Amino acid sequence: MTAKAILGHRAARRAAKLEATAVRLEALQLPNSGQWLRRAREMALARLNHMGLPDRRDEYWKFTDPNTLLQPEVLPAKILDITDAAMDFVAFDRLKIVFVDGVFDADASDDLSSEGLEIVRLAEAGASDIHWAREFYGTLEAEGQKPVDRPLAALNTVLATDGVVIRVTGKVSRPVSLIYLRRETDAEMILHHLVRVEEGAELTLLENGPGAARLNTVTEAWVADSAALHHVRTQGRDHERRAATHFFAQLGAQSVFKSFTLTANGALSRNESIVWLNGNGGSAHVAGAAMGDGKFHHDDTVFVTHAAPDCESRQVFKKVLRNGAVGVFQGKILVRRAAQLTDGYQISQALLLDETSQFLAKPELEIYADDVKCSHGSTSGEIDADQLFYLRARGVPEEAAQGLLVLAFLAEAVEEIAHEDLAEEIRRKLDGWVSRHN
Amino acid sequence: MLEIKNLHVKLEEEDKVILKGVDLTVEAGKVHAIMGPNGSGKSTLAYVLSGRDGYQVTEGSVTLEGEELLEMEPEERAALGLFLAFQYPVEIPGVGNMTFMRTSLNSIRKARGQEEMSSAEFLKVMRAKAKELKIDAEMLKRPVNVGFSGGEKKRNEILQMAMLEPKMCVLDETDSGLDVDAMRLVADGVNALRDAGRGFLVITHYQRLLDHIKPDVVHIMADGRIVKTGGPELALEVETNGYTEILAEAGAAA
Repeated sequence: MTAKAILGHRAARRAAKLEATAVRLEALQLPNSGQWLRRAREMALARLNHMGLPDRRDEYWKFTDPNTLLQPEVLPAKILDITDAAMDFVAFDRLKIVFVDGVFDADASDDLSSEGLEIVRLAEAGASDIHWAREFYGTLEAEGQKPVDRPLAALNTVLATDGVVIRVTGKVSRPVSLIYLRRETDAEMILHHLVRVEEGAELTLLENGPGAARLNTVTEAWVADSAALHHVRTQGRDHERRAATHFFAQLGAQSVFKSFTLTANGALSRNESIVWLNGNGGSAHVAGAAMGDGKFHHDDTVFVTHAAPDCESRQVFKKVLRNGAVGVFQGKILVRRAAQLTDGYQISQALLLDETSQFLAKPELEIYADDVKCSHGSTSGEIDADQLFYLRARGVPEEAAQGLLVLAFLAEAVEEIAHEDLAEEIRRKLDGWVSRHN
Repeated sequence: MLEIKNLHVKLEEEDKVILKGVDLTVEAGKVHAIMGPNGSGKSTLAYVLSGRDGYQVTEGSVTLEGEELLEMEPEERAALGLFLAFQYPVEIPGVGNMTFMRTSLNSIRKARGQEEMSSAEFLKVMRAKAKELKIDAEMLKRPVNVGFSGGEKKRNEILQMAMLEPKMCVLDETDSGLDVDAMRLVADGVNALRDAGRGFLVITHYQRLLDHIKPDVVHIMADGRIVKTGGPELALEVETNGYTEILAEAGAAA
């Protein structure tokens, strides 16, 4: 094909994609909401119409088929282990915010008023014309559409039926815990949260629960100068779940953002993290441990932009895969010209427990500053035979030895959790998974 | 204690025969040393005893206190009381030394139908034994063998041996990579474990370890066989004359 023919082909493909998107979105009803929120939704819809819904031929969706995330009907998913998944973090003193089938449940939730914290439902903020959220809803999502389209995030901004907006003004020691419960096998959940951690403030945000048969969540977070946001999330054992999540975080000077996700099973999970280091000396750690057995497709897609000097970022992702499970990692570090003395680190590793499982990785560095330290690595491999033998020679039975090595493999990701008690909770869950799947 | 009869072993992957009829009996309470040039099959013998994959026994038998060893999994051999101190101890990032040791000890106790050792008791015993080997608390907290010097790794092997109190200890070139002080520490650790109920098989290339761990019997191994057996003086002969003369003499006798 000549260059001209290729361009013609691309233009035709784009036209077809946009047309398909227009057809899909034509009959779309925007959720009832107050004026400014409706305007924000319409702007997101315009963005979405311009970029089109994703398909398998998009470079960013090369490894993960978005089809089941998009098809009009929700594929019913058996309700499994609701209690188990809902039990995460149960021992922690936390402020619980409960959603059932994607709808806020006031009775099951704690009183939302708390010192140093301001929490209201998205709908409530949307109904009030003077709410601060007005200036922010959908803005990080919009910014995150460059340089890569994230149509599912735009779709979320258009359609989100619920969510909370949280403003943190002090050092809040009690974590805010978002709990997603499910009652219907075909429940769909589209939640959009805003989190503003103001200067010098601190928050730990927890998320857990089976959620829905299909879920799409977007969190937009602003971490101001010298503020800290710790995010720990578990995606539970509901095998048929399909999830697309986006976590957008914009960081100020000397701020800290740490996000960790544990994923155990799930038919399809695509977790995107989009982080901007916009102030000097910021620190962003995004990590995940995923374990899949059988019908499991897990995709971590991360984009960290260093826009200011002296910042540090780490991406640490580990996956344990068996019985045909598929793991995907797409991770990028973009260092802008101004971001001198950047320290960027990225590692993605898969432990393949048999020959039927696969790991697909696309690590990327794009660096425009000249004085930076960036490293990345991606590996996939089996259990180390020498380590296994060493353990067995010391009397540890083969299965237990293998379990110990699986946990050891995941340890580096868990270490990214700042709070030791939360890390311990995650280790306990990993331990449980390993002993169930041995 | 340990009885090896006419042991023939080849590599599983290739047609290479390594052991060509090894006969060896280690009695309880005795220290036997195996010396020999590189490639004589010493380390293969150690691995075959411990049950490592990759070797095929084509003939012969090995028993530990009358029990057939060769059919057992490595962990069963450990539970029976066999211990191999590795020539190259393996690094296991992500597994703490303490966790490793406790899992090992309790796995063996469980396999023997004994109760697991409590955390408090374990800590007490481990700390005391570590102290004797001059292993500091910081080292115990680190992942298994990760970032350990050669000497620290070997001391860690001896610590494991002291914790597990095996009946039959096989030390595979435990002296390699050790300086004089480290060797003395390791030897002291081994000597402290010598008693009437325990057998030792010390595999070494050089005589110097045997200055510190005095053997009762010394075997010379060459080309997959024990070619000469004698007392401690045999080790000194190797030191003075090298292997060539002994092998020539053994070859002439054979």
